[in-house]
Amino acid sequence: MAKHHGRGVATINYPIGMNLGGDPSQALVHSNPTGKFTVSLSSIDLGQGMKSVIRQICAETLGVPVADVYVDTADSDTGPHCTGSFASRGTHRVGNAVMVAAREARAVMMEAAAEELEVDPGDLETDGRGNIRVKGAPHRSITVREVAMAAQFKQGKTIAGRGIFLVPLSDVDPETGEMSPATCYAHACVIVDVEVDDETGDVSVLKMTSAYEIGRAINPKMVEQQLVGGAWMGMSHALYETVEPYYPDPREGPRDFNEYLMPGPGDICPHEIVVLERPAPDGPFGAKGIGEMCANPVLPAVANAIFNAVGVRINDLPITPEKVLRAIKARGGAVPQARMR
Amino acid sequence: MKTPIQFRLNGEDVAAFVEGGANLLDTLREIVGDLSVKGGCWQGTCGTCTVLIDGVPRLSCITLAETCSGSSIETAAGLRRGSELHPLQIAFMERFAAQCGYCTPGMLMAAKALLDKNPNPTRQDVIEAISGNICRCTGYEPIINAVLDAAREHARSRA
Repeated sequence: MAKHHGRGVATINYPIGMNLGGDPSQALVHSNPTGKFTVSLSSIDLGQGMKSVIRQICAETLGVPVADVYVDTADSDTGPHCTGSFASRGTHRVGNAVMVAAREARAVMMEAAAEELEVDPGDLETDGRGNIRVKGAPHRSITVREVAMAAQFKQGKTIAGRGIFLVPLSDVDPETGEMSPATCYAHACVIVDVEVDDETGDVSVLKMTSAYEIGRAINPKMVEQQLVGGAWMGMSHALYETVEPYYPDPREGPRDFNEYLMPGPGDICPHEIVVLERPAPDGPFGAKGIGEMCANPVLPAVANAIFNAVGVRINDLPITPEKVLRAIKARGGAVPQARMR
Repeated sequence: MKTPIQFRLNGEDVAAFVEGGANLLDTLREIVGDLSVKGGCWQGTCGTCTVLIDGVPRLSCITLAETCSGSSIETAAGLRRGSELHPLQIAFMERFAAQCGYCTPGMLMAAKALLDKNPNPTRQDVIEAISGNICRCTGYEPIINAVLDAAREHARSRA
């Protein structure tokens, strides 16, 4: 009876969003008379930080301070249509829609500024601090607030823009079934080190090491937060959680946290992460999506690590001590595999 | 039949009429109006409803309100002093220790109970202090680091 160390690897090629109906999302951007902007969406921030990311994308595109942009996701009845917050699509789809809308609003803002300054709009630039100025002659400038006031009360212009992002429809080839389900892929590689007790079937996760290629980290701190938390959610699905312990029989499912196991703070392991940025050609400022793909590769990596440790393949989740122990017994004992370096 | 109870909530006197079986969580939220306390499972398994009763962390969903008469109760709403945030609140922000935020009030109160008793906790002390609190989003690591940061900040400010 012994504890065996094992190492497992998994990689992922994760499609951002989907192709059903072109996977569209819409956005509206408008300025109020004091030069503060509102992004109207019906996309939902579930805590993943979409509001912060959209705010940054919109402010950058408009050329105004982040503090001057408010993101309103209040109501799917009155807001512009969104396919939804899932499939890691929020940053990519909604971000693209917001960029289109913000560009249109910016064009009106620059026209209104040009009229006030009596110059050509093409000669104007924003300084990102709330001013619009003549290129090469920064003393000739006007604040965004003054422009918004003039547009509202003098020129009769609405500083507003509409945006939609739609994926080109990919038809299925009737001969081969081939199609292109996505336009943009994120990638990751995860290495998991485990220790398996062949007497109890217990699996302890010792360490995770991972690399994630995510396009552009629009908000690096929130990227790190999602990768740390999301990877642990993957670990939890690999080893602890299930809503269907007796699948396909729906009876006797877990009813509460006594029966549905969630790992606690004592179960976590060190996780070393490297983030690689290779901007996506069709992403907002090159961003892809990191929502789900930080969790997915952890599951096969854990299964592979257990195989490496004791030589048994568990093909259904979660990999409970009972399943590990039964498999070890069926194999006549633990059979450690060659160690990976 | 309703019973009158009185207790202190975040340093202020509070009185309420409660039903015989009423729990402290519902009493705080629905009668007293302190919405900083969150209900997750209502059976004492998730920890988000954690409050301090006379300095001890308790699950308010399985605490009978009547048993709190005469007690001093602390909730996340009382952490801040005027406009000054508690070191734990600052550390939770700086360490990005909240994502959806639902477990946060319970995490803050479990951590406060620890720091009040043990100003220089080890990582293991922090893990044990929040071991009754479930978090779906963060993977716990940012929360553990935030509590350790708050302890260091607290030690520095008193030095």
